[in-house]
This record gives sequence, structure tokens and C-alpha cells, in this order.
Amino acid sequence: MATEAQAISSDWGGGALPYRVGHRKLGMWLFIMSDSLTFSALLIGYAYLRASNVWPTPFKFYPSIVFSSVMTLVLLSSSLTMVMAVSASSRGQRSTARKWIIATAVLGVTFIVLHSIEWRHLISEGLTPFQLPAEWAAKWPGATPLFGATFFGITGMHMFHVATGCIYLLIVAGRVNKLKHEDVEISGLYWHFVDLVWMFVFPMIYLLSIYPKK
Amino acid sequence: MTTHAIGDDEHFAGSLKLFISVWVWLLLLTGFEVFLGYIQLPVIYMLVILLGASIIKAALIVAYFMHLRFERLNLVLTIVPAVVICICLMLLVFFPDSFRSKGLRYQGAAEPAAESH
Repeated sequence: MATEAQAISSDWGGGALPYRVGHRKLGMWLFIMSDSLTFSALLIGYAYLRASNVWPTPFKFYPSIVFSSVMTLVLLSSSLTMVMAVSASSRGQRSTARKWIIATAVLGVTFIVLHSIEWRHLISEGLTPFQLPAEWAAKWPGATPLFGATFFGITGMHMFHVATGCIYLLIVAGRVNKLKHEDVEISGLYWHFVDLVWMFVFPMIYLLSIYPKK
Repeated sequence: MTTHAIGDDEHFAGSLKLFISVWVWLLLLTGFEVFLGYIQLPVIYMLVILLGASIIKAALIVAYFMHLRFERLNLVLTIVPAVVICICLMLLVFFPDSFRSKGLRYQGAAEPAAESH
């Protein structure tokens, strides 16, 4: 057995952790890999539909783009507060870390509220997953009714991740004294990933669908 | 064989100044994207520039906020190439077909039937 232990030790550089991260953190990275492929597939599917159909471009710069830019600012700021939380946790300042984590969750909830207002506005105009508002159908003749399906599908999937992240962060904030620093870091990884996804959703869904000036 | 706990005594690399400067860069890139939306370039230019800016923003988030720049190289090489190759494979399968089906798109009742595809 001593020989086997020596062999493992020499193969893995003297430790049981070849990536120098814990198993839970590695697990989160693997989850993020798989989830990034999920979002990639959704965005590529959206691009496919868009390239092969007449596509409406209904978002006016004001209020839609300004509103979604504020949502982006909120999400980017939540990433900064999450970094502060992880940094405080690494220094052993658990109560400071808790405050930053709660601030992150509050910004996440703000994002959800803003996004819900945006959804409600579009639904009130008559947009559904499989039907365009009559005004849009008249403006873009022959436009695919799947605009709503891609919009609600992709932004809804992202909003689901934000909501899950808020719950996750609040649980971590509540248990921060019992958890290891790495657990706080893992929750940060998830939250930054949610932010990262929005960095693609915002330009692809909103900025490429701006209402033409002329 | 010795094992050591990862996490509790791990120092979180990166200073507050670094994180705030990354955040400012992310805001500037977002502002640039919104400005492009305001001036309304042709859609193909918009697509290329916006995707480029988004990839830079994603790289900043992954490298600094998600700490990957400070991790071991073998972790980076395990995660990044696999995701990039999978995304490229999906693009390779989908995009040629989307351009083919562009020629089959519904033209709408109001448009002339003789319009070139």
C-alpha cells in the first residue's frame, strides 16, 4: 500500500487536489461549463431563427434600451459587491462578508423587479410566446411570431438563474459563520456566471433589436 | 500522503483597486455598446462589434471576478478550451443552415413575389 500511496503522490504533485481547488468548487466550475453550453445553445438557436426569418426590431432607445441598460448596471454592480463579499470572507471578516452578500442579493432582486416591469410592458402591448402584437405584425409584414418565444425563453431562463442565485446567496449569508471561505467563493462563482450570461443576452436580444430611426 | 484543506487559509488574490478598475472597464464597454445602439450602425457591424465587446467583458469577468486568472493553469486548460470548442461546433452545425433557410423565408403578403433571395 505504501507503494500505491507513493505512486499517487508522485502523479498528483504531492496532494489529492490536482487543480488546487476543493471538490465543491471544481463541481461548480463543471456546472458553469454545462450551463454556459445551455445558454449558448439558446442564443445560437435565437440567432438561427433570426437569420432565417423576417425579425421585428421593436425596442425604442427610450425607454426600452435605457431601461435595460439600467438593469445591466444593476447586475454589474452586484458582481462588484459579490467580489467585496468574497474578499472580506478571505480575510475572515464574516459579518462584513454577510453584508456584502445581502447587498448582492438585494441588487439581484432589483434586477428581477426591473425585468418584470419590462415583461409586463411587452405583455400589455400584446406580445406572447407565439404571437406578435398587431402593431408589430403590421409594421414588419411576415415577421415570425417566434420573437416572443425567444425573448421570453432566453430572458426567462436568465431571470430564473438570477432568482435561484438570490435564494442561494441569502442561504449563504444566513450560514456564513458556519461555512468555509471556499463556500462563499463558490456562491460568488455562480453569481458572476449569471452576470456573464447577461453580457451576451443584453446586446443580442436588446441592442440588435433597436427600433430603426428612419 | 498529505492532504491539506483548501479554502479556509486560501488568500483571495486581487486588490480592491483591481476589482473596481475591472468594474469600470465593464461599465465603459457597456456604455460603448449602448452608444452603438444609439447611432445604429448596419446590423452586421453591430453584430461583430457587440459580440467582440461581449467576449472581452466575459473574459474580464471570468479572469478577475471569477478568479480564474489566479488559478492553476491546468484548471484553466480544463475549462476554457472545452467550452469554446463545444460552442464552435454548435455554430458550425447551425449557421450554414440558417443562411440556407434564409432563402426559404416567408416574404409576407405585401412584398413582391419576384424579390431576389
